[in-house]
Amino acid sequence: MLEMIYTNEVMESQKETGIETKSFAEVDVSGNNRKLIAKDVNAFYGDMHALKDISMTFPENSVTAFIGPSGCGKSTFIRLFNRMNDYIEGFRMEGEILLDHVDIYNSKINIEKLRKDVGMVFQKPNPFPKSIFENVAYGLRIQGINNKSYLQDKVEHTLKQVALWDEVKDDLKKNAMALSGGQQQRVCIARTLAVEPKVILMDEPTSALDPISTSRIENLIFELREEYTIVIVTHNLQQAGRISDFTAFFYLGELIELGRTHDIFTHPKNKRTENYITGRFG
Amino acid sequence: MNNGAKNKLKDRMFSYFGIISTLFGLIILAIFLINILVDGVSRLNLSFLTNLPSRFPGKSGILTAWTGTLWILVLTAAFAIPIGMAAGIYLEEYGKKTRLFNFLEINIANLAGVPSIIYGILGLEIFVRMLKLGGSLLTGSFTLALLILPVIIVVTRESIRAVPQSLRDASYALGASKWQTIRNQVLPACMSNIFTGIILALARAIGETAPLIVIGALAYVPFVAKSPMDEFTVLPIQIFNWISRPQHGFVVNAAAAIIILLLITFMMNGVSIYLRNRWQKKMKW
Repeated sequence: MLEMIYTNEVMESQKETGIETKSFAEVDVSGNNRKLIAKDVNAFYGDMHALKDISMTFPENSVTAFIGPSGCGKSTFIRLFNRMNDYIEGFRMEGEILLDHVDIYNSKINIEKLRKDVGMVFQKPNPFPKSIFENVAYGLRIQGINNKSYLQDKVEHTLKQVALWDEVKDDLKKNAMALSGGQQQRVCIARTLAVEPKVILMDEPTSALDPISTSRIENLIFELREEYTIVIVTHNLQQAGRISDFTAFFYLGELIELGRTHDIFTHPKNKRTENYITGRFG
Repeated sequence: MNNGAKNKLKDRMFSYFGIISTLFGLIILAIFLINILVDGVSRLNLSFLTNLPSRFPGKSGILTAWTGTLWILVLTAAFAIPIGMAAGIYLEEYGKKTRLFNFLEINIANLAGVPSIIYGILGLEIFVRMLKLGGSLLTGSFTLALLILPVIIVVTRESIRAVPQSLRDASYALGASKWQTIRNQVLPACMSNIFTGIILALARAIGETAPLIVIGALAYVPFVAKSPMDEFTVLPIQIFNWISRPQHGFVVNAAAAIIILLLITFMMNGVSIYLRNRWQKKMKW
């Protein structure tokens, strides 16, 4: 068992959840809430070995942050969970990734359905060049849902979830490209929430935003954790410290250290983790 | 002279050379246009547009020619646009980079450079002789469609490639299939770009003479085409026909017909420029 002093309520509530890997098996994980599991994952771009033997577990309703220097494989890893690497020429992966204990790389998996369950928010806000309404409704429309009142309810609900409703409610027909960067990113999150995912992947969602927009999105992530399992890549260590329950440090395609965020930041076990966190390299 | 002054002189010399080079083509074109206008403008009136060809230059008109050009334009577009765009979309979005794919790719690029008279001979062999379509509008538009197909394929591919990956990612990440992503995001984002290229290709097609002469469109056609199976003539062929006559009156007719043909192509180019500008304003990634 861990001998940690939990400094806030959030961490207190997570005593029962935890994380398990082959090499960092000190945290106990009860079977049911293991939402996402990666088993012995290796990934290659052509001859380049981008991810090396990575195994880790993501508990339900938790936020897991990936940190590490550029090119360490964080983005490659996060994009495995909704199979966004499938279209990259020369990309190959080995191992298993389980969502609710089902292998998502099984040939019988419906990729469109998987991506509905595992939403993604990107580094640069990428709204469609359409109205705010159509941006949020897009994921539903492509499922063939065109019921107007249903769409309106859903758009309103998700825009309220991301705290954007009051800013745009009179202007839903406005082109989303005309919004500010922070607003665009919240539209992108709303669009992801509208299709009711189970897991949300975020690849540096605030790196292109100003501090105020960033803190808004951080608060949002904090709230979303109640309903969703969140994985976030970030270059901002303070951010990882503020919003995540678990932190994984990657270096040159390897998972160097994984644990509760508080432990990683206060008592890193690995020298390289410590060096990175204290700013000696990266 | 010191180095700085030398560089300045070179700079100025190049800018003069650049101005002369730019003006060279424009001046030649302007001289040609003025020449044509002087010869042809007085001949332009409504009856010139509504008269059938005749032995007498004064009674002759371009009704068969411009209606023929219109037919060819519509039919060629109808054949070339769907096929060219579908091929372009396939090559850019679906094609796997295999050896066969590379072979296809290189050959399509080569096809764009094949002289138009070769396409005429191809049309003669396949459409006139093998499929027995004769010198009909169908043969002409099939032949011209083949001629501009490589251009449409290339322009479709380039426009699609210019759509940022982030837009596709956004659509895929919401559970859209490949076709939904292409249909709902990629094509709308690059449609006006594709159409700019298509209009330019069509403008080139209606100015083509050589391949149509080869398939037999040079014949004297005293009536307006009513169906795609009818024989036809087009403006450039009518112009070619009139210029080769000895009487001065026909030369004037040719000049007037050239003005009409240029008006049509300038209009098409104008539309394509308008589309491009509108696209650039609307899309900023």
